[in-house]
Amino acid sequence: MTSLKVTLNTGRTLRQGQGKEYGKLSERYWKSVAICEIDPDDLKKLDLSDGRLIKISTESGSVLVRAVKSMRAPHPGRVFVPYGPWANAIIDSKTHGTGMPSFKGIQAEIEPAPTEEKVQSLRELIQTHYGKK
Amino acid sequence: MTIASNVTCPGCGSLCDDLEIEVENNVVTKVRNACGMGESRFLGYSTHRCQKPLVRKNGELVQMSLSDAIKETARILANASYPILYGWSNTSCEASRVGIELAEEIGGVIDNTSTVCHGPSALSIQDVGFSTCTLGQIRHRADLVLYWGSNPWSAHPRHIERYTNFTDGRFRRSTWNKYLSSLGSYRAERRLKRTTELAEETCARQPEEELIDEHTQRLPPALFEKDRKMIVVDVRETRTAAIADYFLQVEPNKDYELFQAMRALLREEQIQVESVGGVPIDVLEDLVDVLVNCEFGVLFFGVGLTMSAGKLRNIEAGISLVRDLNQYTKFVIMPMRGHYNVTGANIVSTWQTGYPFAVDMTMGYPRYNPGETSVVDILSRGESDAALIVSSDPVAHFPKDAVRKLVQNPLIVVDPETSATSLMADVVLPCAIAGIEVEGTAYRMDRVPLPLKQVVRPSRTCLSDEEILRRILREVRRIKRREEVVENG
Repeated sequence: MTSLKVTLNTGRTLRQGQGKEYGKLSERYWKSVAICEIDPDDLKKLDLSDGRLIKISTESGSVLVRAVKSMRAPHPGRVFVPYGPWANAIIDSKTHGTGMPSFKGIQAEIEPAPTEEKVQSLRELIQTHYGKK
Repeated sequence: MTIASNVTCPGCGSLCDDLEIEVENNVVTKVRNACGMGESRFLGYSTHRCQKPLVRKNGELVQMSLSDAIKETARILANASYPILYGWSNTSCEASRVGIELAEEIGGVIDNTSTVCHGPSALSIQDVGFSTCTLGQIRHRADLVLYWGSNPWSAHPRHIERYTNFTDGRFRRSTWNKYLSSLGSYRAERRLKRTTELAEETCARQPEEELIDEHTQRLPPALFEKDRKMIVVDVRETRTAAIADYFLQVEPNKDYELFQAMRALLREEQIQVESVGGVPIDVLEDLVDVLVNCEFGVLFFGVGLTMSAGKLRNIEAGISLVRDLNQYTKFVIMPMRGHYNVTGANIVSTWQTGYPFAVDMTMGYPRYNPGETSVVDILSRGESDAALIVSSDPVAHFPKDAVRKLVQNPLIVVDPETSATSLMADVVLPCAIAGIEVEGTAYRMDRVPLPLKQVVRPSRTCLSDEEILRRILREVRRIKRREEVVENG
């Protein structure tokens, strides 16, 4: 199997909370949010190991993050990405008249990323998506 | 060395006010009583700071004097026809108050981060009202705590310890010891599970089909006892779910159906399906029994409800369930607010304008229509022409298309820390941190105001954001007066 359709949830984690307090430019923050928690069975289906690079795609775009074997399994077909610029790069800005975009329950697809790719740093990510001022 | 006691933590909406901070030579050296997040906040506040004002020139951010940076900010805001003023949840109420005055002066839209967290909750509360109370009452009286779409273990790490199951109240005992004794068996269970998985992988054999025991489909008998108990409803087994007395897993985007099914069961109506949102009806019947039979129940709901399909309608259904339950017992509901003073931002905005967020001042009076006057929608439509961001990081936390529009126009950031937004800003005005370097007021998630203390002195170049905003306001008024004089000849 080369890709898997999943439901994406984004949210808080304690590490993300600590990372943002240490600084958005810190490695600690970057390592805590540029990840995707995946059910172990789904990792097997994609022939992925813990820590491998994956691409998550939604209708709004795609982003590269590291796959992390979920400690909260089983939750097949559901993946979790902590809040942060990596997650929000693939969130739709439509609010359906409420002011609130849908940050949870999003249809997405995950697939292994080419080995030569890498997770972008915060500076690289914002330059790629928003250009240089 | 000095020790500041009873310090309020500017970490999350729980606003724990029992911290002890050790300070040596104006540096925080030790933090007591805080969670991991609060400790990081106090120990890491001085890293990734920008100490001098910056203004973008020829594509590069260059240092500038504070007065010149404020003049540049005022010029941008005074000349903008539809500026947005966003953030306000990570600073004091005093700063928010000046922000609203500034929004009125320049005819802009002032919105706070609740627009992307509990904005839908505010809309529902305006629609149907809600029964709530303070966290103190919950601590002393609640015997049933229901966390729905929220994960306090990760997002509000001391919430359970201070306000719900793991604290001794006047009429309720802590269940901490009970949890500790269950922890041993839980760990053993997980170890066994991992060993089994490993054995299966090694032997490359398929796991045997699990025998379905009808009794496992029902709620455990302990939930019907008089002790304090915790139930978690979520789409995945979060860390909070792992410590709960019962975890109910709902399918993503099915919370609304689950609430309405529970309301139907409460009215003793028959439901002609076997399950709702992935939850068997038998389990739901038991759950409703547990809710009805408690003495004082509380439903804490998180952004799991406001950010998924249904949004404000999920909250409306939750509030209606709580209202229905009050025909049988005492039940209250409370949103789990994330940023430490997002409640304060809502309260100051309501007190000043009549509306809690997404307030449009372009007509000279406050207008409120989330979906139209909310920042993400304004940005998505490409309507704003400048932005002032105060202690927030929308470049990191807004959807990509909204951020693209945000960074296209002049962007001013008033923030103590370097963030994704300050990297893309045209003017950066570093300020002191409320609750660490300057005093202020913040509102806890149950709308109780608490004082923020100063534990260290800010650097000489850093003023409070309240003072910076006052100076911007003064400068904007000066520009406007000058323009009026020119217009009137």
